[in-house]
This record gives sequence, C-alpha cells and structure tokens, in this order.
Amino acid sequence: MLEIKNLHVKLEEEDKVILKGVNLTVETGKVHAIMGPNGSGKSTLSYVLSGRDGYEVTDGSAVMDGEELLEMEPEERAAAGLFLAFQYPVEIPGVGNMTFLRTAVNAQRKARGEEEMSAGEFLKFVREKAKALKIDAEMLKRPVNVGFSGGEKKRNEILQMAVLEPKMCILDETDSGLDVDAMKLVADGVNALRSEGRSFLVITHYQRLLDHIVPDVVHIMADGRIVKTGGPELALEVEKNGYADLLAEVM
Amino acid sequence: MALAQAKRAATEARLEGLSLPASGAWLAQARGAALARLSEMGLPGRRDEYWRWTDPTTLAAAEAPAAALFDDGGERPAFDKIDRVTLVFVDGVFDAAASDDPAAAEVEITRLAEAGAQDIHWAKDLYGALEARGQAPVARPFAALNTAIATDGVLIRATGKAAKPVSLVYRHASETSDAILHHCVKLEEGAELTLLESGPGAARFSTVLEVEVGDGAAFHHIRTQGRDHERRVAAHLFARLGAESRFKTFTLTANGVLTRNETVVELTGDDSVAHIAGAAMGDGGFHHDDTVFITHDAERCESRQVFKKVLMNGAEGIFQGKILVKPGAQKTDGYQISQSLLLDERSQFLAKPELEIYADDVQCSHGSTSGAIDETALYYLRSRGVPERAAQALLVQAFLAQTIEEIEDEALSEDIRTRLEAWLARRLG
Repeated sequence: MLEIKNLHVKLEEEDKVILKGVNLTVETGKVHAIMGPNGSGKSTLSYVLSGRDGYEVTDGSAVMDGEELLEMEPEERAAAGLFLAFQYPVEIPGVGNMTFLRTAVNAQRKARGEEEMSAGEFLKFVREKAKALKIDAEMLKRPVNVGFSGGEKKRNEILQMAVLEPKMCILDETDSGLDVDAMKLVADGVNALRSEGRSFLVITHYQRLLDHIVPDVVHIMADGRIVKTGGPELALEVEKNGYADLLAEVM
Repeated sequence: MALAQAKRAATEARLEGLSLPASGAWLAQARGAALARLSEMGLPGRRDEYWRWTDPTTLAAAEAPAAALFDDGGERPAFDKIDRVTLVFVDGVFDAAASDDPAAAEVEITRLAEAGAQDIHWAKDLYGALEARGQAPVARPFAALNTAIATDGVLIRATGKAAKPVSLVYRHASETSDAILHHCVKLEEGAELTLLESGPGAARFSTVLEVEVGDGAAFHHIRTQGRDHERRVAAHLFARLGAESRFKTFTLTANGVLTRNETVVELTGDDSVAHIAGAAMGDGGFHHDDTVFITHDAERCESRQVFKKVLMNGAEGIFQGKILVKPGAQKTDGYQISQSLLLDERSQFLAKPELEIYADDVQCSHGSTSGAIDETALYYLRSRGVPERAAQALLVQAFLAQTIEEIEDEALSEDIRTRLEAWLARRLG
C-alpha cells in the first residue's frame, strides 16, 4: 500500500512549487490511474517517489507498507519494492542489457538479504519473461536502450518490471510514443503482472491506455493536486469532454 | 639551430658520468649516432611544444627520483592465465632464473646485452632506425637517449606465426632504480606475434620498442604499466607497417605519478591497418600523457586511435594525437577519439588532436570530449536497485569498454577487463 499525504515539492534550483499538497492512497493489489493536463505535476510525482535529484520535498510524506520512501536512497526504494517505468528510458552505451538486468536483480536480492542468482539461472529466468514481451536474445545482448525503437524501450521497461517483481509499480506515460499494437503489447505485459500483492499507479495523459489496463480508481491531477477521484468512468469523461470542463467544475 | 644554453646544460648534466654500454661494432655505431642526435636536439623543457602539459624535469634529471615499492595486495599478476613465454626484468636487469626458455615461443629471441658481439644483420638495420625516423617532425629526445644507453632488452624476429605470446615482465625491486630497456621486433612477411608487457619496471623506467611489421604480417601488443604510485615512465613505441599488415596496440595504465607513452606509427605499405588504444585510470597524484603520431604514406590504409581516461581526486590526463596524411596516401581512413571521464572537479584532461592532410581522397575524423558521469544514467541504475558506487563503477566500465574492444584476443581482453574491474572495485566498491 502506498499512502501519499499532503506532499509539497519544489524544484531545487528555482523557487518553483510543483506539487501543492498531493493526497493519494493506492491499496495493495489495486490499479490507480492519474490523468491530468500537461504541467499538472504527474511526472514530478513519479520522480519524487523514485528519488530523483533536483526536487525538494517541503512538506508531506509518502509511506509504502509502513516505510517512509522520501527518506530513502533511490536504490533502497527499489529494494523495498518500488519500480518506476520511465517515460523516457535512459540509454546506457557500453552496458549490456543482460548485465544491467542481472546487476539490478542481484543488487536488490543482496539488499534484502537473499541469495544472488547465478548467470545460468538468471539467463533462463529472463528468457522466459522476455519471450512474453517479444524481446529477442539480440535485444538482451545490446547495450541498454541504445538504438532501441520507442516501442522496444517501453517493452524493455516492462521486462525490467517483470524481472524485478516489485510491489508498487509506477508507469509514467508508458503509452507515449507507442502505436496501437505496441501499446497493446505493453499493456498485456502489465496485465500479466497484475496480482493481489502488487499495486500500480498508471500515469497517463490519454484515456486510451486505460482501455487496455483497466484501472480500479482514476484520479485527475491539476496544478499540483489531486482534484477529483472516481471510477474508470472518469477517464471516459475526460476523453469525451477534455480537461477544461472538468477543471472549471472543480476549481 | 644552436641549442639554448639552458637546454645544453641540462642535457650535458644528464649525460655526465654516463658511458655508452660496451657493445660490438654495429651496436656501438647505432648508440653513437643516437647520442649525436640527442646532443643536437637536447633534452626537452617545458617550452617545447609537446612538453607544455607534461613536465619532463624528473625524466631528464641525472638522478631518478625515488619511488616506494608498491604492495599490490596480492592481486594476481597480469596475463597469468595466458599460455606465454615469460622474460623477466627486475629493475631493468634480466632475471634468467625467473624467465622461461625463450625457445618455446618458436621465434628468434636474443638479448640486447648479448647481441652487440654478434652479427645480427636484421637488428643492425632496425636498432635505432625507426627511432631516428620518428625524430621528425617532432623530436623525441628520451627515445634517442634510450637508444644510446639502453642496457638490455630483447631482439625478436619472427618468420612465421609465433607459438606463444612473448611476455615481458618488468619488476620493480629497488626504490631508486633507473632502468632503460630497448626492444626490437621484426616480423617477416606473413609472420604473426603477440607481445605482452607488464609491470612498473623501476622507479624510473624508459622503454623503446621498435617494430617492423612486414607485408601481410600481424603484430598484437598489450601492455599494463604497473600500479606503483610513485613510478615514472617514458615509453616509446615506433612502428613501420608493410603492405596488408596489421598492427594493434593497447595499453592499460592504473596509477603512476608520471607516464608518458609515445606511439609513432608509419603506414608505408598499401592496405595496412594500425589500431592504437589506451585506457588510463588515475586517482590523486597521477599524470598520464598519450602522445601519438600516425603517418599515412600509402594507399587505402586504416588507422584508429581510441584513448580514454578516468580521472579522480586531481588526476591529470593528456592526449596529443596527430594524423599526418602524406601526398598520394589516397583512400586513407583515419579515426581518432580521445575522451575523459572526470569523477570530480579537481581532475583535469587536456587534449590536442591534430590532422594534417595532403591527399584529396581521404576520410579522417577526430573527436575529443571531457565530462562527468551521466547523472541521468546513474539515477536510472539506482532506480533499479543498483547502489550508487556500484552504478558509478558500471558506468566507468562502460566508458572504457570501447578501448578494450580493440583487443582481438578474448582471453587477453578478459584479463584486462578483470584488472580494470578490480581497480574500480577498490575505488568505487
């Protein structure tokens, strides 16, 4: 379970306040979606939760299963079970995808006091997960995200999610830059990971992703706050009328 | 042009009390000629263009500054898993007991110290010859000094494929040692040899390696320069390439208060290939200088320079690399990249890439960059659970990977990669 309370965040470098009191609870096993216009603070929320530099939390808390995320290093948050699927996955020349995955899995296992996986064991484990996402052996060998198409990058994010088996998954605009087929593949990958013990926070600008990953709860975010919460029908309302009407109503 | 008074005085001071090692006729002649070259050019000073960023004072001084012996913490020796013929020099003195039987390499190997008295006709034409050619247009006085007074070294001639790599191991045993070794390698047509060099050598160590690569021959050279923090080295590699020959050299340097590696390659036969690569990692009192000069003097040749340095805690890296394409060297493919990764703001990288082209149908490119660790990549790795220092180490390895890819042999590249990872684990583990 993730409980965000009264979260206030500003940019470290300038005096710009981005999040102005976010309150949000994602229950274990549920899928929550956050929708909102550009600049509403959706991506900032995902970065702050995962521990990216450059943001200053001025007030509030974000507690995951009893642990305060905001006091942890990014790698500690990951080991605790948080995962962020990036809107723009980062290219890392010179680091093989497979090396990257194994380093990450073993680092998390080590942090949790579990035994590390051997190379052979790991290879078998990853190949199975990769197959479902149509990620071939060649893509596993290539440097992380280097020369990957937009769709390949997003699939690679879902592969990392599948391999790391987090408790809380945040998907930051995972649909951006994807055509319908690629989006369906990614959504199938996410749906396959839905389980009782795993929660999702799906951040998206458009409703279309939510046709494939059907949420339990939909939140509308605007100007650094959650301004409206409802069921999946709220997403359809946005799709039909746009954000303007809805925001005029609540603000 | 007359030498400046100060330079002449410094050169005379260095040579004072030194005498040319006793040698037979041909070697004595080569030494004398080198001494004459040196007297004419003088030892370098800070005002020389190619010594502006590296202070030659301690290399030129009559006495070698002391260098404490280094405890490597039991790290396994370089290349120890490679089936090779090992020849050991301790502070520049050949150690027969510690060495293998040179005959196992199935190439001709003669020690320089014993060669003077013999009539080795191929060595007569090579010893000091490539060094002398390499003195223009840029003077390399320490190489001439080496030719004049080198006490030992190996002369290797291969007529076919060597059975095993020849591995020169340089041990450092005395805090005040001052060693000068000079090697010659001649690869006859179609011959193939891998030469390995490892170790600090001495408190102050000068090496010259002259390599004549015959038509269709292949030379592979992998070197690790030893981790002694206070050691100083001036290493010169001169090579001349025949038609359709291949020349590949890679150097790994970790630590060392002063390293000057000069590589001078002449591509004189059509369709020859030269790759020169180096990975350097420095922490604190570390000054590392790669000075490279590639001359294209034949058609359809390829040269590739790949140099990367990782610098931290005030370490300094220098790269001076030149590609000269002579008239008529058409279809030349020249590539040069020099990059540094600065792990803090106190470290510094200075680069001087140069191209001089006198042919009109060539492809030459060069690039030089200097930067910090990519913060976004670091965050990405950390967000996947990789701790900060381990993530840094992974990114540093990735940065250096391009240089290690220049090593063709997988066992050798693995050996180098392991050493590099161990160094990083000590620094960033």
